[in-house]
Amino acid sequence: MTLHLKLDNPDEENRLDHMAQGVIGTGANRPDGALKVSGQATYAAEWQRPDMAYGVLVRATVPAGKVEKIDASAVEAMPGIVKVITDPKLLRVPAQGMADAAPAQGNDEVLYFGQPIALVVGDSFEAARHGANHLSVSYLPQEARLDPDAVQTERPEGKQSSQGDLDGVMKTAPVTLDEVWTTPGHNSSAMEPHASMAEWDGDRLTLHGSYQMLKYNRNELADSLGIDPKNVRILSPYVGGGFGSKLGISPEAVAAALAARDLGRPVRVVMPRQQVFETITHRAQCRQRIRLAADETGKLLGIGHDNRVYNLPDEGFAEPVTQATPFTYAAENRAIGQEVATINRVIAGSVRAPGEAIGVPIFENAMDEMAEKLGMDPLEFRLKNIPETPPGQDIPFSSNMLAEALRDGAEKFGWDKRNPTPGAVQEGEWLIGMGMASAVRVNMLMESKARITLTAEGATVETDMTDIGTGTYAILTQIAGELLGLPMEKVTTKLGDTDLPPGSGSGGSFGAASSGTSVYLAAMELRRQIADKLDCDEADLTLKDGQAIAANKTHALADLVGETPFEAEGHIEPGDIASKAFQATFGSHFAEVAVNRHTGETRVRRMLGTFACGRVLNEKTARSQCLGGMTFGIGMALTEEMLFDTRDGHVVNNDFAEYHLPVNLDVPKLEVHFLQERDPYANPMQAKGIGELGICGAAAAVTNAIHNATGVRIRDYPATLDKILPYLP
Amino acid sequence: MKTSLRINGEERQLDADVRTTLLDALRQHLGLTGSKKGCDHGQCGACTVIVNGRRINSCLTLACMHDGDEITTIEGIGTPDNLAPLQKAFVEHDGFQCGFCTPGQICSATAMLEEAKAGWPSFVSDDLDDIDTLSDEEIAERMSGNLCRCSAYPNIVAAIRESVKETAS
Repeated sequence: MTLHLKLDNPDEENRLDHMAQGVIGTGANRPDGALKVSGQATYAAEWQRPDMAYGVLVRATVPAGKVEKIDASAVEAMPGIVKVITDPKLLRVPAQGMADAAPAQGNDEVLYFGQPIALVVGDSFEAARHGANHLSVSYLPQEARLDPDAVQTERPEGKQSSQGDLDGVMKTAPVTLDEVWTTPGHNSSAMEPHASMAEWDGDRLTLHGSYQMLKYNRNELADSLGIDPKNVRILSPYVGGGFGSKLGISPEAVAAALAARDLGRPVRVVMPRQQVFETITHRAQCRQRIRLAADETGKLLGIGHDNRVYNLPDEGFAEPVTQATPFTYAAENRAIGQEVATINRVIAGSVRAPGEAIGVPIFENAMDEMAEKLGMDPLEFRLKNIPETPPGQDIPFSSNMLAEALRDGAEKFGWDKRNPTPGAVQEGEWLIGMGMASAVRVNMLMESKARITLTAEGATVETDMTDIGTGTYAILTQIAGELLGLPMEKVTTKLGDTDLPPGSGSGGSFGAASSGTSVYLAAMELRRQIADKLDCDEADLTLKDGQAIAANKTHALADLVGETPFEAEGHIEPGDIASKAFQATFGSHFAEVAVNRHTGETRVRRMLGTFACGRVLNEKTARSQCLGGMTFGIGMALTEEMLFDTRDGHVVNNDFAEYHLPVNLDVPKLEVHFLQERDPYANPMQAKGIGELGICGAAAAVTNAIHNATGVRIRDYPATLDKILPYLP
Repeated sequence: MKTSLRINGEERQLDADVRTTLLDALRQHLGLTGSKKGCDHGQCGACTVIVNGRRINSCLTLACMHDGDEITTIEGIGTPDNLAPLQKAFVEHDGFQCGFCTPGQICSATAMLEEAKAGWPSFVSDDLDDIDTLSDEEIAERMSGNLCRCSAYPNIVAAIRESVKETAS
């Protein structure tokens, strides 16, 4: 039986708060923990077969042109080389998230430096790598567009909006701000590089890969190969991090499948780290112009937010930089816009919190600067401008706890101890400052299915949903355990296999809520089946510790189930709910930094975030997601920057020696707090997403703190020493 | 080339291409896939193993250079049914998310604690006479060769801190 729900109306029952098991929301350890800490979790590159061959992708070394000739003969004559694959079905780029169809294919034309154009297959990894380094390719180069600042841009009609008269109010308002900021390209840098092992059984392909959204990835892979999706199975039970980089099928998967079919033996292709930088989606470098107008009391009269991003030709994705701008703060006069450049640079796509990740912190920099102009406390300035309802819409917020999050964070952080005068606090050679920012991220629900089988031994949850480190194994186990009255060890969760019911996939912070709701529905259907057997209403049924209690009688669940397992599927679809209330998650960031007065080096000394994301499903894993987001913010503020050579467009810093992720010592003790919230518009669990909120705004808390410490405004991210040192007091 | 390795207390014979790194030997020839390849350039630490008592990046060394060496990998530290205290502490403190860097973190921490006991100073050590009292800052500095993009760093420090306490008590 399937319990299907199309979410048209807010939840009125809040059933999870009336269950008895007491496992939901707790900081239970991850069920997959023991396998991960002992090296036994099987990631994509762990799969091996006795006759498996190894493939290494070869990249284009021009930014634009035609491939004139790939001379495979010399490489194919090398010892240990099996074949050079130059199939025109090779992917030029990875698919964008939820593309559901093949991305651009073909190795006759080069669109960017780093594009895969061939696969060298060897009997050993060492042989294949050697061959790939020696493949001779000649090109007919064409003129390339390499600098987003130097090419013509387009202004897509759908990306521009305005209300009132911003230009007018910018002229008449007593206090205004009009500034430009730039952020560089950002890389997801999941620790696991993209890897696929493909094996065919007749017409059927099995791919062990590392992917976030399997139901789409299956269709993308099948479409790339020109075969029926029914003949494709993808397994990704463990994914070594995603952050958007594994949303869509990528070149190594299609190359492995093509080679395995051609050679009649399994083939594994793992991207070297440099290839991940050169081929996989990155967050586009961005220029943002923000205009603010306010009256003397600090009430915002005008908001302008314009930005410029880029992508490859024919890529539909443009970083939705201003996604949170329309609803975060109130102002009668508004103008929001975007221009997009088309350039020959590695594909731009979703990196953790596309849009808000860079849009919110830059806007929060502007808010900080505006507060200073107004002579107001930055916290008070924000509190004064939180809208009652989403501006320009005739629906309410489903829930908006921004003010509560700001006040809670300020109190716990000790914001009242901040000296508002920049450069006023010194400790030896260090200048100390505090900064804050709002955190905002839209909330989404996606279609998702899951199945639960209940036997005398316990329950098994099955869905093709993935756990990319987010805690899916834990939370789905907890949801099923709570509703079915089973301790966590009696629930087994199986994920990451396209043979299982299609879940939402991991992306956009919607995984836990969407996939979790499908598990919730399946468990509710099982509760109904159990209630039927006991001849009572589901609402009168108490399930706890493997016991079913109804009408004051206790029955062992195992006895009720007996020989024939109970089975149920849950199916959630987003309905009309979005037209009834506007959903988002809100929070606040606070940071204290120390800037060295001799070197300009910034150290984050402490950081605190308060977040409201509806029901927290697992306090421990939710906190870890926030730690991760806040640390992304530290990286964005201080070190992360993709550099592109303006002569040929190649990624200059294509490894971890030169693209600087925060390391352990760069991250101080981080405090994370959650506000008690239930959002009935989100789903029946009343839970919202938390995977991305932690990054949205975080970098601004750091750079605003740098200003408080030194008086230096960072307009060109990241805040490296050279941008601070010349301006120190 | 034939190489003899003593891995997790067991003699293992390897016959591999001389270009094979210790990491690839472990993963592809010896079936020990716990050690991970995150960068293959000694920049991320996911491949950290312990060779003759010292932690090294196994991607930066060739297997054939380790004839007769004593090697400990994550598989030798504890199994799912019999986790070492440090591994248990990582689970308890959520010292990981995706888990990919975790075997390297745990191998690195295991050897790091021995380094501290032996009095090795670090970049942040203030007092060379009191090295083995590890502050959180000392732990963070000594673990900074192991990247974690999920950014479980504060939890990793907490897990190592707990295991230090347990060992002391």
